Amino acid sequence: MSTSTVRKLDPESPSSLTGVKGRRRFVDRAMRVVVFLAFLLAVIPLFWVLWITISRGIGLVISPEWWTTSMRNVGPNDFGGGAAAAIQGTLIQAAIATAIAVPVGVLAGIYLVEYSDKPLVRPVSFMTDVLTGIPSIVSGLFIYALFITTFGFNRMGFLVALALTLLMVPVVVRGTEEMLRIVPNELREASYALGVPRYRTILKVVLPTAISGIITSVMLAVARIMGETAPLLILVGYTASLNPNPFEGEQAALPLMINVERGNPLPPGQERAWAAALTLILIVMLLNIGARIISRFSGIKK
Amino acid sequence: MSKTIDANNVSVHYGKFLAVEDVSMHIEKNSVTAFIGPSGCGKTTFLRALNRMIETIPGGRVDGSIIMDGVDILGADVDPVAVRRDVGMVFQRPNPFPTMSIFDNVVAGLKLNGERNKATLQDVAEEALRSANLWNEVKDRLDRPGAGLSGGQQQRLCIARAIAVKPDVLLMDEPCSALDPISTLAIEDLILELKREYTVAIVTHNMQQASRVSDTTGFFTIASVGEPGHLIEMGPTEKIFSTPLEQATEDYITGRFG
Repeated sequence: MSTSTVRKLDPESPSSLTGVKGRRRFVDRAMRVVVFLAFLLAVIPLFWVLWITISRGIGLVISPEWWTTSMRNVGPNDFGGGAAAAIQGTLIQAAIATAIAVPVGVLAGIYLVEYSDKPLVRPVSFMTDVLTGIPSIVSGLFIYALFITTFGFNRMGFLVALALTLLMVPVVVRGTEEMLRIVPNELREASYALGVPRYRTILKVVLPTAISGIITSVMLAVARIMGETAPLLILVGYTASLNPNPFEGEQAALPLMINVERGNPLPPGQERAWAAALTLILIVMLLNIGARIISRFSGIKK
Repeated sequence: MSKTIDANNVSVHYGKFLAVEDVSMHIEKNSVTAFIGPSGCGKTTFLRALNRMIETIPGGRVDGSIIMDGVDILGADVDPVAVRRDVGMVFQRPNPFPTMSIFDNVVAGLKLNGERNKATLQDVAEEALRSANLWNEVKDRLDRPGAGLSGGQQQRLCIARAIAVKPDVLLMDEPCSALDPISTLAIEDLILELKREYTVAIVTHNMQQASRVSDTTGFFTIASVGEPGHLIEMGPTEKIFSTPLEQATEDYITGRFG
């Protein structure tokens, strides 16, 4: 290459290095506006919902009785009341669903990624896609048909948990799969090259590298199932009282409580419906914050 | 404990594709053997056959025999995991485990295989880091993440990790290609020290590097893209770089092709 003189930047001379002008400049401005408007359009309803829920529900939610008492002996005309029974039911059902769905989902995700040379991978992957699209009412009806109609069980919280499990598993599988796929293959090779068997490589190298992403996807799945209403309507009856036993009797849950109180046209009922909705949002938010803290202290070191 | 390697008629398939065909060579213990050749000529593939890493790729298959101290490591009754404990490997790009500290990275091979004794791990870590000429740079921050080191330090960390499991053979797949000249020099010095205890085989694109560090050089090439790689010539490094027997070797080392 021959040496060339550096051209001086002279504002007077006609140079190709001028600012962005004309059509391109117009398109640039226009696209900025469009993108910003789209952002506003996406965010406004979100804050609107949050604002209405908070402003109408906060009155009850800040009172200690809301968190500690049930709706037992609270009439439709009485102000106040408590969501303890509904919170208890929601937490129990979500916990059972999570306890089943996380091991199944994470292991299936590991199978899909780490054993991708096996013949079952394609069918499992396809079924996961199908399951992801199943509406919650279908999952509820399936459990109803299987356990109540066929096996003759009574309606109970545990069946709700099973329906929620069906909804949660594919989300966890997909999340795990995506997180495992972004673990660089070089790390697996490094581990194999040290004479570490495959299962230990997965347990001690691949999973720890992906764990924070997996935790996040699990929490998103939990948040999703906590608000599911259709399985509750089909598989368990609402009750005003506390019932810590998911295997017997009626069990309240927050979405059910919202639905029941919404049916009460009197102001106390309306207030309780909004407060229950806010409670659900708060619980999901707390879980998300918790997950963030956990994933910060695990996984990749910075 | 360093070992000699005798590869006999080694061929490597990826599925139906024949990547390396009929390679035979003798690698002396306590020596450095360099594999040179154009991209895609199968030198890395052959290197990966030596610790059975080929089999971790779906469809990967190695035929022939590779004898290390009288044992055919390709034998049906030989556990590939056990082979990899004896034949360590350093990769092209430094790949420390991002979830682990410097210390945990060095002793990863032992820890992941169940070693729990703190004192043992401590001793092994210090010894390996000293052998990798990294101890003085990291001794005060062993609990810091391994990924926080510079590229050259990370690569020496990976070398320390590989030698911490006390292999007999150390394979290096272009270990300096992602490094600057000063880090490269540090690794090359290290390779010359390592051959006192290990048999070293190194793949490199840098012919100066091959002539600086290796005792023996093997030249691989392919007739054309899609054809299998062959070992064209192998001999003492000075001879390969001064009076090679084959025209193809001479063309390659003088820069006329490749």
